[in-house]
Amino acid sequence: MAYFDAASTEPLHPQAREALLMALETGWADPARLYGSGRRARLLLDQGRAEIAEVLGARPDEVVFTTSGTQAVHLGVLGTLHGRRRAGRHLVVGAVEHSAVLHAAQSHERDGGTVETVGVGRTGAVDAGAFARAVSAPGTALACLQTANHEVGTLQPVAEAAAACQDAGVPLLVDAAQTVGRLPVPPGWSVLVASAHKWGGPPGVGVLAVRKGTRYRSPLPEDEREARRVPGFENVPSVLAAAAALRARVAEAGEQERLAALIDKIRRTVAATIPDVEVIGEPVDRAPHIVTFSCLYVEGEALLRELDKAGFSVTSGSSCTASTLRPSHVLEAMGVLTHGNVRVSLPSGTSEADVDRFLALLPETVRRIRQEAGVSW
Amino acid sequence: MSRWQATTREEAAQEPALTIDALGKKCPIPIILLAEQIRSVPLNAIVAVLADDPAAYTDVPAWCRLKSHPHVATYELPKGGWAIHVRRNY
Repeated sequence: MAYFDAASTEPLHPQAREALLMALETGWADPARLYGSGRRARLLLDQGRAEIAEVLGARPDEVVFTTSGTQAVHLGVLGTLHGRRRAGRHLVVGAVEHSAVLHAAQSHERDGGTVETVGVGRTGAVDAGAFARAVSAPGTALACLQTANHEVGTLQPVAEAAAACQDAGVPLLVDAAQTVGRLPVPPGWSVLVASAHKWGGPPGVGVLAVRKGTRYRSPLPEDEREARRVPGFENVPSVLAAAAALRARVAEAGEQERLAALIDKIRRTVAATIPDVEVIGEPVDRAPHIVTFSCLYVEGEALLRELDKAGFSVTSGSSCTASTLRPSHVLEAMGVLTHGNVRVSLPSGTSEADVDRFLALLPETVRRIRQEAGVSW
Repeated sequence: MSRWQATTREEAAQEPALTIDALGKKCPIPIILLAEQIRSVPLNAIVAVLADDPAAYTDVPAWCRLKSHPHVATYELPKGGWAIHVRRNY
């Protein structure tokens, strides 16, 4: 079995498992209480917060924990818009942002706000000039841009976007879910979101960091927890485990470079060994672990099924693999082939032998599916 | 959904030499039918693909780009779906 879906979730890091078991013993009490076990839980929570904040380039008091990356995005988008409603009700987003950003934007529109979506080129990168023009529109309350695209890996021009936002006096929400623990966090964000299970932490820990001086007001009912930004009882053991995983990930020198070289190999080999294939996304300025390609005349679902039978866990942006029966909005916005699509994303520790087995199997699998569909030219 | 609307009268004027009815068919079937049949029309003639799978809206133009056949225009059909016009280039 080879698990190649790290962009969905990374397997729990062994050090995170160890930290989780330890923290379930010592950090189960209510961190808001003043007795000994409560104080201990508070101490552990703040320790985890400080470690994660350091990797993000944030102050610990800027960082709160949510129940997921999606919740961090929803709160980050809606809370910043709410805090800035006197400045205006206009929101700017990139066209290939995670659906959590786009759904928050739809919610803002239903609420009477306006949204501008900045388009992307063929590689999936937003046009930095168009983004800068969009954020300079009067009444812009917030702009959102991901560090790297979750389906195709392309890096976004976050530094240019941050400079433009600073010039326009507009806060920038950066969705760093795909890159925290893999690449340095780019400076210039006002709001930063991430998700622990993508860096080898446990599920159930999203990160929301709001820079001092950024206006923010929770869109949810009042609650005392997490600086009044996230309601509900803190998941102290999982935060500790998330911090342990991030610490371990950052210490793995050279691993991301190794994964990036494996992705290069996949990009090269797929293009060379499979006829009528489109390898998608930016070849160089990309996240280290993700590659996507589409095979002409192949049904994505059939390809996933065959690869699953052969022991490879990969996913697809093709419509037949989506519950909505629509292709991925990312592939659509890029104007690339959406059928026959496969996304490979490599977790830490992926062996080159597994990648080679995958590359050896793929051409014959694609050929067989095409043959069964009657494609013979 | 206006990226590929017809823009000039000349494009609108050329009638398709062949219409492939792929309505109700899921990708990649509309693309397979197009690839199979484009050589049955003369060079520079137009093939119209009728399709209502949302993937076809993106994938027919993407196929054109990959296969170097010009994508001429995409027209919305009154009952849903599109007529996607492709010119045979070789």
